Amino acid sequence: MSVLVYAELDSGKFKKATLEACSYGVALASMRNSDVAAIVIGECHESELFQIVECGISKVFRVLDSHLETFTTSKYISVIQKIVRENGFNTLITSQSYNSKAITPGLSIRLKSAFISGVIGLPRIEGGKEIYQRLAFSGKGVEEVSALLSDIVLSVKTNSFGVNKNKTGELNVIPFNFSLSDDVNYIVPKEIIKTSSTISLTDAEKVVSGGRGLKGPENWGMIEELAGLLGAATACSKPVADVEWRPHHEHVGQTGIQISPDLYIAIGISGAIQHLAGVNSSKVIVVINKDSEAPFFKSADYGIVGDAFEVVPKLINAVKKMKNSL
Amino acid sequence: MNILVCISHVPDTTTRITFEPNGKSLNKAGVTFVINPYDEFGLSKAMEFKEKSNDVHISVICVGDIETEPTLRKALAIGADDAFRIDTQPLDSFSVATLISDWARDKSFDLIFTGKESIDENAGAVPGMLAELLGVSFISYATKLDINGNSVIGYREIDNGMEILEAQLPLLVSCQKGIAEWRIPNMRGIMAARSKPLTVINALQVENRVITLNFKQPEGKTGCVYYSSDNPEELISVLSTKGII
Repeated sequence: MSVLVYAELDSGKFKKATLEACSYGVALASMRNSDVAAIVIGECHESELFQIVECGISKVFRVLDSHLETFTTSKYISVIQKIVRENGFNTLITSQSYNSKAITPGLSIRLKSAFISGVIGLPRIEGGKEIYQRLAFSGKGVEEVSALLSDIVLSVKTNSFGVNKNKTGELNVIPFNFSLSDDVNYIVPKEIIKTSSTISLTDAEKVVSGGRGLKGPENWGMIEELAGLLGAATACSKPVADVEWRPHHEHVGQTGIQISPDLYIAIGISGAIQHLAGVNSSKVIVVINKDSEAPFFKSADYGIVGDAFEVVPKLINAVKKMKNSL
Repeated sequence: MNILVCISHVPDTTTRITFEPNGKSLNKAGVTFVINPYDEFGLSKAMEFKEKSNDVHISVICVGDIETEPTLRKALAIGADDAFRIDTQPLDSFSVATLISDWARDKSFDLIFTGKESIDENAGAVPGMLAELLGVSFISYATKLDINGNSVIGYREIDNGMEILEAQLPLLVSCQKGIAEWRIPNMRGIMAARSKPLTVINALQVENRVITLNFKQPEGKTGCVYYSSDNPEELISVLSTKGII
């Protein structure tokens, strides 16, 4: 029942979601009393690999091949499939990054495995079976599932498990040479356009989000300032993206991006059910709205009933004061 | 160009989700079902191609029982030419992808659209599985798509950005917001949909690999703690004390 974690590099670095997948793999292997290893594709500094060791994985399959420097779905499926098969792993674990989400379903077909997407926490064991929990109905339901095959592919929901970097160990790198066979399904990556925001919304631990209550795009300065002070990403509700006050990639909600940060601050957002579906797995929700009847307060941990244009500047000052006093 | 759009029949986005007392399935009482919104982006994109050229044929397919037919009729009203229903209850992503791929394999579709995920299961698994089972190229989480002859330029969402890709038909594309605008069917489309063919296909026996044991509602918040708008500093101090900021 040995476990392989796909430790995805993003510009030579492991993101938090990747280390979370590593931590999950270590915990699952420990539950099963089995081995765990990681696969790393592409260039990175040696010191970066020690982050995986700190998560508890010593054995790292290292694939360096000029054909694999840029991610492509079909090539990455092929190389991961090969390592899983040749080394007899029966559980593959990934994060839910866009690249991982592109390869896991296809990999489950190649590996003749059951695919469980977005697990939240370790399985419980019942009747000798591992029973996993995942969210369904856009966070409005929790589903319990179990695999009918012994080989499985699991993706770990971002920010659902956490990173445990408290282990020590030796790093044991196993170079893996991979010769690409003729790839019939080729798709050629041409260019990557990075969004301007420094913090990616899906990875952000904190998010400050604005809605129609802010009245216009010119009023987003205070949202950005508060987010900047907190080290948070900025987001918005669907109506705000629809009227193009903010770019579409900031839209969180049922048809936008689903996020689960540690802290979600909603300012001037009433909390329509479609918006909640995108944010309801956030750990702490703060709602600021001048309408005390706004439905969002029912899903909030902390609330302030008040005008955003008065409350937010005060919050900004309070955060600045707090930072200065540290 | 032959286009297939795969459609899931899902609860409307405004639905309050509750489950049957045994936890085995959704409580469907009073629930309105719709075309999965992400699948509808695919259908809308297919319609853009159809409006530009005379030789585009759009088929839609759904795995489900007779309850899903109004959803397929809506897809026909939006402008699909014909609809197919594989007559069985979907069990898991693998069984759905297998049923669709077995049916589509000899139909030589140039382009297959799916949503990035369905809003009931949220697994995002069928598109990648279907591409693999059919052996066609796959662009996931597409926000833009241009086709010129057999050449395709697609935009795929990645963490913190977009990737521009070149591909060739045949191709499977999973769609999300940005790729096209949703359409509202007009009266002529609704009338025409009544006489368009909707073919029921007997489902082959197919294995599932994952079994759903039960659903429950997530634990709600225990209650909102309010702070005064005159003194929001208190909130910051609480968040800071709890290590949240």
